[in-house]
Amino acid sequence: MKKTKQNYTALIAVLIFMSVIFVLDQLIKPTDSLGMLLTVLQKGSVYALAAVSMNLLNGFTGLFSLGHAGFMLIGAYTYAIFTIPSVERDNVYQYFDAAIRFSFPETFSQALGPFGTVLGVAVAVILAGLIATLFAYLIGLPVLKLKSDYLAIATLGFAEIIRAIFQWEKLGPITNGSNLLKSFVRTSTMQLTIGSVTLSFSTFVPVLIAVICITIIVLLVNSTYGRAFKAVRDDEVAAEAMGINLAHTKQLSFCISSFFAGIAGAMMAMVLSIAQASNFKVSMTYEILLMVVLGGIGSITGSVIGALLFIFASEWWLRGLDSGTFLGINAPNVFRNGFRLVVFSVIIMIVVLFFSKGIMGDRELPDLIRSWKKNGGPFRKKNRENLHNVLDSAQDESEDHSGRRAKS
Amino acid sequence: MNFFDTVIPYLLSGISVGGQYALIAIGYTMVYGILRLINFAHGDVFMVSGLVMIYLAASTPLYVAIPVTIIVTVALGFTIERVAYKPLRTAPRMSLMISAIGVSYLIQNLALYITGGLNKNYPEIPWISDKISIFGTTTTRVTLITPFLTLALVLILVWLINHTKIGMAMRAVSKDFETSQLMGIKINNVISATFVIGSFLASIGSILYFTNYPGLVPTSGSMPGLKAFVAAVFGGIGSIPGAVIGAFIIGICESLIKGLDTILVSQGIIADPVGFATFSDAFTFVLLIIILVFKPTGLFGEKQTDKV
Repeated sequence: MKKTKQNYTALIAVLIFMSVIFVLDQLIKPTDSLGMLLTVLQKGSVYALAAVSMNLLNGFTGLFSLGHAGFMLIGAYTYAIFTIPSVERDNVYQYFDAAIRFSFPETFSQALGPFGTVLGVAVAVILAGLIATLFAYLIGLPVLKLKSDYLAIATLGFAEIIRAIFQWEKLGPITNGSNLLKSFVRTSTMQLTIGSVTLSFSTFVPVLIAVICITIIVLLVNSTYGRAFKAVRDDEVAAEAMGINLAHTKQLSFCISSFFAGIAGAMMAMVLSIAQASNFKVSMTYEILLMVVLGGIGSITGSVIGALLFIFASEWWLRGLDSGTFLGINAPNVFRNGFRLVVFSVIIMIVVLFFSKGIMGDRELPDLIRSWKKNGGPFRKKNRENLHNVLDSAQDESEDHSGRRAKS
Repeated sequence: MNFFDTVIPYLLSGISVGGQYALIAIGYTMVYGILRLINFAHGDVFMVSGLVMIYLAASTPLYVAIPVTIIVTVALGFTIERVAYKPLRTAPRMSLMISAIGVSYLIQNLALYITGGLNKNYPEIPWISDKISIFGTTTTRVTLITPFLTLALVLILVWLINHTKIGMAMRAVSKDFETSQLMGIKINNVISATFVIGSFLASIGSILYFTNYPGLVPTSGSMPGLKAFVAAVFGGIGSIPGAVIGAFIIGICESLIKGLDTILVSQGIIADPVGFATFSDAFTFVLLIIILVFKPTGLFGEKQTDKV
């Protein structure tokens, strides 16, 4: 009974949020002073999904993987390749003879009209996820046997191998070699004209995809599979003793995480209007990891908040640090290009060193609100003590399980 | 064209790059041996060393610039350990690795801010950048010096570890952290010494490495850093001779793959270039995965048993 009520509350919150996004999409033009809000919302939703999918693996299953950028690259390329209109093909593949000559949105729209375009984009996005999953399955077979650091470095290596393969000249007819892919269906052109009214969906679509995917991940984490993941994270041996198939569970988590990473990659291509392999470097994985840490490892709402804060701060709020004037201080010699990222990385380091639990720790936003309701506001002394107790006990636990490995 | 004439330039540059990777790899393998930490910032320390050299050489003569560069690099390595890793000594290992990634992110952004993202030209060091001719190919003198210098430094290091008090302490700490602490070893000093040695070798490596390259950008350090780490894993993490051999293997393979198109075409095995050079970076990781799957402890690594 209580559970259904919670579900309804969550559903209504999501509906309200989506309508707000929809209205914002119509009211704000990209050229307005507030146009930045739309850009960061689009990018923020991409990174939010990427961070949540990484958290599923690193935070919930305890597999420290650094291959995210590789799977996002696969997603971005799959999406881009299958949505370039046939008229634009030769223009995009300047130096190669394009091998794949159809696009889902086009094929479907010939049969179904405007609805077909939407369906085509959806199919391309899902295919992006599936191809990433396929690669993840193959990579997971040898790699997932490895332990912590070795797993991290092996997945990082695979991401680099994938990047090299996609840049290989011999695959040019499919991937366009090291040149970029463009002209595919992107968010900036997602508009619908009914009579004299033009509706824009350029922010609505990425946010919608992110919301749907994150909802699926939340449902998954709360299911028996999610509990199996957490069991593997907390103690592999105990989990195995309780009848959890370790290899199977790890492989499942790795594949699901990569599926959503692939979708995040497709969204990234959609939002940025280009797909180029050289953008998906190790540093992208690092950034996503830092978002997860900022929000709190093991908290989905934390990852979303972390990713949004990261993007909002680095792309918008701290922009003044790069262009001479910040908070009314005018010092063009100090506030020049790149200062924003320096300030930002110092903040990240402070979080990593002194607030290693991140913003949310391993708790979710609804839990936090509920405990505030019970005790009357977040800033009551009792609540803060409560928070400390929770953090302390969590710290003790994590030390027991994943502290320095006893060396034999 | 003669087979050897085609292969030798690539082989020479491979041995040289291998020696440079070896100097970085030692820093990785020693830190991993003691802290069980992949020090992701080590590649960036290597890059900063190059950057410091560029700025110093612009205003001071080389006999000042080189020692100061080495001192600054060592100080940086020491500071990173004290600020970013020491507070996390009791934290889970994942936090330590995240902290290392954070430091790497910070250093790269700082370098980006200072250089303005522009390609900086590495100063020409007289004598070692001179062109010389050997086996019928022209190369720089640094290519020949690197392997010998590397081997000399490694021999000194091995002696240091086997025959001095601090070396004994390092071996003890890497065997068992807690017990050595109980035996009265000041682990903080030992760890600092490890970082100092690692940064010192990285800065020598950086002088040798960047002399051969036209320029330096803030991300120049990350790829050599990763490759050096792979070399350390390949040789068996924690083992210094292993890291050196691994680094030479990776350097030579990488260089040969860069030239594989030219070599195969000149031998008439293939008609057109296939573009193997794209995979010169990726091959390192292929090697890594092969070794991890078949012999996870590396070539010379100690067998580890997991206790329940």
